Amino acid sequence: MVNPTMSANLSQVIVKRRGSVILGPIELTLARQGITIVLGPNGAGKTTLLKVLHGVERISSGSVDWSVPDELARQSQAFIFQKPTMLRRSVRENLAYPLQLLDYKKAEIAERVALWAHRIDLGDMLDRSAPRLSGGEQQKLALARALIRDPDVLFLDEPCANLDARSTREIEKLLVDAQSSGTRIIMTTHNIGQARRLANDVLFLLNGKLHEQGAAMTFFKEPKTPEAKSFLEGDIVE
Amino acid sequence: MNEIWAGLQAALFLVFTLDKDLVEITLRSLQVSLSALVIASAIALPFGTWLAIRRFRYRRATIAALNALMGLPPVVVGLIVYLLLSRSGPFGVLGLLFSPTAMIIAQVIIIAPLIASITHQAMRELWAEYHDLLISLNTTKRQRIFTLIRDGKRALLTAALAGFGRAIGEVGAIMIVGGNIDHATRVLTTAIALETGKGDFALALGLGFVLIALAMLVNFAIHALSRTEREGTW
Repeated sequence: MVNPTMSANLSQVIVKRRGSVILGPIELTLARQGITIVLGPNGAGKTTLLKVLHGVERISSGSVDWSVPDELARQSQAFIFQKPTMLRRSVRENLAYPLQLLDYKKAEIAERVALWAHRIDLGDMLDRSAPRLSGGEQQKLALARALIRDPDVLFLDEPCANLDARSTREIEKLLVDAQSSGTRIIMTTHNIGQARRLANDVLFLLNGKLHEQGAAMTFFKEPKTPEAKSFLEGDIVE
Repeated sequence: MNEIWAGLQAALFLVFTLDKDLVEITLRSLQVSLSALVIASAIALPFGTWLAIRRFRYRRATIAALNALMGLPPVVVGLIVYLLLSRSGPFGVLGLLFSPTAMIIAQVIIIAPLIASITHQAMRELWAEYHDLLISLNTTKRQRIFTLIRDGKRALLTAALAGFGRAIGEVGAIMIVGGNIDHATRVLTTAIALETGKGDFALALGLGFVLIALAMLVNFAIHALSRTEREGTW
């Protein structure tokens, strides 16, 4: 059910918490395809931006408009958190859960669960309890659980933090596959290497503002702002 | 010390001869307290869970009230239920006073706040863990409650067992609304109170040991049936 026309438009979005502005004002139009990587130091508002786009963060002013009605937009999005939330159930039931919520038929659920378990190499662990999987396996499971609904848009908040190279590579492969089958991906990362490998375009946030944005090629080669340049060189940006 | 020994002997004698009165009293105890448990759980488990996930204006006050109600004195509950059900009370026409149904009503009132409060405590933690995921999946309130109840079943079991413990050992309220009528509303606790009053300590203790054994048996049975402690940490 991938909807190629889904795009987002943020205008004058500001998020305040306890009187201080933590994000914005932001003007942003998200292109319809590809992988967008959100970069920036801790506290720059990356997670908040993702949550605003997903519609789970209250905004103080401004508006977020998806090209489809809100309800439909929410239904066709998925969000992956830095620390994956495992339901206290088996791997199988974790995968089936998002489909059960939408009242899918049992046979279709079983079919999709088997397919995705195979894709993330957990095919022979379906009856293991999910909270006891390793960190990498949990993150892969979370990713499969998000993709099992064929979302149009997938948000990821530092999905590979604390993962080793092999798990990171497996996750990146799943992301590239999802992207090529039409899922729009927006993710944050602190790993510049990962950003270079995956990004089609980049949003660089600094102190709650969109400091620079552009196509990945240009951004990594010749960043326009000195802050982005020193960030890419590994300096500490404040 | 002699009395305890005699009580143990009396208990064994009553159990092994399957004393007719004892069986009847025990079954009634079970019937009343298990019915109260089922009804109270049906109300309190969803309510406690709902309270954990719902933010509303008087939430804190509701929780404080619930915690206060945990300490509700059974005698007072008995008195109030008595007044409500008595011939001149608002529900007098139902003719429920001095029946097992009246005892069940009183026990539901006593244990429901306890079960709801323990449920709320446990569900708050689980909700904190699941919050982001369930919000992100765009779940309805009903789906959230079902998910939490399903995955928090261990904690809910603890809550229910605490409720059962309080119900099966409770004497103040059921004495008042049940009346301790032989072959009608006599249960283990009221029988113990009666025998103690009569000075028949051996029989009272015998009934007491049966009561303790019964409470433990029900606990083990529920644990065994629900297969807890077998699937690791939850």
